[in-house]
Amino acid sequence: MTAQDDIVPAAALPGTKVRRAFGEVPGLKTLAFCFLAFLYLPIGVLVAYSFNEGNIVMVWTGFSTDWYAQALADADIRKAAMNSLIVAVSATAISTTCATLAALALARGGAFRGKVALLGLISLPLMVPEIVTAVATLVFFSSIGLRLGLGNVIIAHTTFCIPFAFMPIRARLEGMDTTLEQASRDLYASDWETFRLVTLPLLMPGVLAGAMLAFVISMDDFIITLMVAGAGDTTLPVYIYSMIRQGITPEVNAVSSILLLFSIAMVTAYWFTTRQKPGRNIH
Amino acid sequence: MKLKTTLLTSVALTLAAGAVNAEGKLNIYNWTDYTSPEVIEKFEKETGIDVTLDTYDTNETLLAKLQAGATGYDIIVPTSNFVPIFISEGLVQEFDAAELPNFKHVAERWREVDWDPGRKYSVPFTWGSASIAYRPDLLGKTIDSYADFFEPPEAAQGRISVFKSPEEIVNQAHLYLGSPFCSEDPGEMQKVQDLLMAQKPYVLVYSSEGMNDRLLNGDVIISDHWNGYAFKGRELAEEQGKELVYAYPKEGVIGWADNLMIPASAENLENAKTFMNFMMDPENMALQSNFTGYGGPIAGQAEFMDASMRDAPEINAPDDAKVVFSFACSAKAQSLIDRVWTNVLR
Amino acid sequence: MANLPENATLRRSLALGPAVLIVGAFMLVPVAIMGVYSFLEAKSFGGVTWSFSGDAYVQLFYERLLDDSLRLSSGYLIIIARSFFLALVATVSCLIVGFPVAWFIARRPLGQRNMWILLITIPFWTNQLVRTFAWIIILGRNGVIEAPFRWAGLLGEGETLGLMYSDFAIAVGLTYTFIPLMVLPIYASLEKLDFSLVEAGADLYSSRWETFSRIVIPLSKPGIVAGCLLVFIPSLGAFIQPDLLGGGKKLMLGTLVQFQFSTARNWPFGSAIAMILLAFVIAFLMLYARAARGAKAMEMRR
Repeated sequence: MTAQDDIVPAAALPGTKVRRAFGEVPGLKTLAFCFLAFLYLPIGVLVAYSFNEGNIVMVWTGFSTDWYAQALADADIRKAAMNSLIVAVSATAISTTCATLAALALARGGAFRGKVALLGLISLPLMVPEIVTAVATLVFFSSIGLRLGLGNVIIAHTTFCIPFAFMPIRARLEGMDTTLEQASRDLYASDWETFRLVTLPLLMPGVLAGAMLAFVISMDDFIITLMVAGAGDTTLPVYIYSMIRQGITPEVNAVSSILLLFSIAMVTAYWFTTRQKPGRNIH
Repeated sequence: MKLKTTLLTSVALTLAAGAVNAEGKLNIYNWTDYTSPEVIEKFEKETGIDVTLDTYDTNETLLAKLQAGATGYDIIVPTSNFVPIFISEGLVQEFDAAELPNFKHVAERWREVDWDPGRKYSVPFTWGSASIAYRPDLLGKTIDSYADFFEPPEAAQGRISVFKSPEEIVNQAHLYLGSPFCSEDPGEMQKVQDLLMAQKPYVLVYSSEGMNDRLLNGDVIISDHWNGYAFKGRELAEEQGKELVYAYPKEGVIGWADNLMIPASAENLENAKTFMNFMMDPENMALQSNFTGYGGPIAGQAEFMDASMRDAPEINAPDDAKVVFSFACSAKAQSLIDRVWTNVLR
Repeated sequence: MANLPENATLRRSLALGPAVLIVGAFMLVPVAIMGVYSFLEAKSFGGVTWSFSGDAYVQLFYERLLDDSLRLSSGYLIIIARSFFLALVATVSCLIVGFPVAWFIARRPLGQRNMWILLITIPFWTNQLVRTFAWIIILGRNGVIEAPFRWAGLLGEGETLGLMYSDFAIAVGLTYTFIPLMVLPIYASLEKLDFSLVEAGADLYSSRWETFSRIVIPLSKPGIVAGCLLVFIPSLGAFIQPDLLGGGKKLMLGTLVQFQFSTARNWPFGSAIAMILLAFVIAFLMLYARAARGAKAMEMRR
């Protein structure tokens, strides 16, 4: 973190009344950390119970790492986890790109007929109950004979991820200042340069938020995947939800913990590579 | 960027894999955690056929999926009451089970069954029962009737867990009331509804998951249960010095039997038959039973099974126990069941 | 903005193209199929027969008694109303918790914001069902919350606080599940706020509340609206939390629709409920859009 990154609290500037800056509501920090505790308490429990010896999830019987050994040796569950990751990453990439373009067009394209209808269309996947989407999509896929294996699942996921990626990006764009973009054009930057160097960085927090939501939604989807997936395309949620007759075992917790560890490692790696070059962000 | 390339490659590979010629493959669609990995490994080694396993959660899902046109599966595993539906809807292929060499190992009672007369579409697979399990140590008595489930004694009031599945629960009510399954008589169904409504205030949870968890942590004292899952629960309870008993009420328990069938759209017909034949070998079916905790239909498989399972009361019903197999209801009966269920959970 | 250059319209269409094509082909068409299904007759074992029937919609408002006579009934409407109420609870509690958190993150130094966003989303990379089970361990009998009470002797053997299988447990579960859908959009819109403007406002207006309602709320409104939509609409169909944490004693919209496509094997009725729900949501959104446009026009005139 560099000094220029810090927002200087107004109270510290000379000449201002000595009073707490508006944004610094007392207790906000405490609240934020309580919130993190709320978010991570179940995750802590989940990880702790992955070391449960017994074969049921909710009653602690003793410490054991057997479930990890079993999860790592279980080819089905490994494949399901891999499928989930492939689908989630592909659907996130495609839906976020489409959503960014659409949000830009709607925000910067001026007023035109049918704008509200287009907004409605893009939000449509949100409004239909999952099971209906699931059955309808399967009926549609099989009636047009679409058989792309995991591709079918990726298409279905991309579709319902679009509104989730779109909403935060649109919220970001709405009311966003166009002065910087104007200035860039006045300086004879090409449209592409303006987009790449000015608009996109300004938009980035929205894009990141949208992509995160899309990823989370895709990783968790069960009903649509269950219906749309063909032979060999079982994803992790489908696998987990279907363990009903046997009871859900801590193996699932072990797999979740491994995935969690993997994600955290990826994020940390990303974190360390990007913080080497500060000052690239335009603020 | 590198990550992206890798992913794109794997996507491309997956897509390509789907298009490869189906020779030497077998796509099994079964309940989750319901196919012994040892069995699959052995099968692949013996036959050289490459098995892909996918899983579903309920018969309803399987039915809806095939009806909506899903393809690519060579073996499916519907339960007895769904078998006639798959046949009448034309979703499965006809073949002659008796022609498979290992059919001779099938125990007498599983050869000729109501749901597939003459075994023209199916071979038998794992079977089990649905009933209630309870904690005698917390209840302070033993259970020999559904009376304690539907009109629970004080200790169990508010600590009852019921399946979230209308068919089983309506059938249990029928057993208790002495009316037939799939009743089309509104009067009888009214009694079923009244019984379920009267039970509702004492119910803690309607759920078909986590029965052992709730019984063992004491949230629930009497619970709807499956025999194989209850068997695992009892073993765990014994480790913790608790008691968990799978009851055989005098009114009877609901039997179910899973069957291997071949979807009409199957592409690897011969491989599917090879797999069916393979599963009917006593040693292989025993492996399967050991893995799932449910009994199998093969005579002579017992000697290959785990000792703990051979004597387990959950798996081997007492001789005097009544096992009533459920069957597919008519549209009229089904719609009565649906209405009762919606009324109870309104 | 009114007189865009010639190629701007083309560019706009190109940019909108992919999203519109994907949603149009893979969502609008399937929904249309379901719309047609809702007017067909149910086949006894799932699927539909191609003959017209308005039965599905009749069934929504009339109850068929066990003896097959019809009676006006609010049964299904009660289920729909219950789901709307629950979705409202989820939205309000997510907003109450989510807004301050989003505000806090937006006020972090630039380098820390992305880390906070990741911190908030990482828990949701695990499976929803497993997370919900974790809540059962936390709220349940002998659970994480009850343990200290038990240890202090405040709870005897066999006694419980009764946190699980209650409306409270459902509310906690829903808030937990949907909170990132609220925090992220609000953060995305708050992050662009010019805080010096807020400071100026704080000096200008007498009270903090006034600053908040006159400056902060209007500026972050797009994010709040997006967040509310993302929480409200999906939580209408939520059933895992009511089932697992609430005990599943009352049907929810999600369960009801699910039930029609599975056990009840009544696809037309399932589709009809979905169509009614869709109509409700669209009507609500149009009213909102009209109100928003009205408010904007008012502002312009001032």
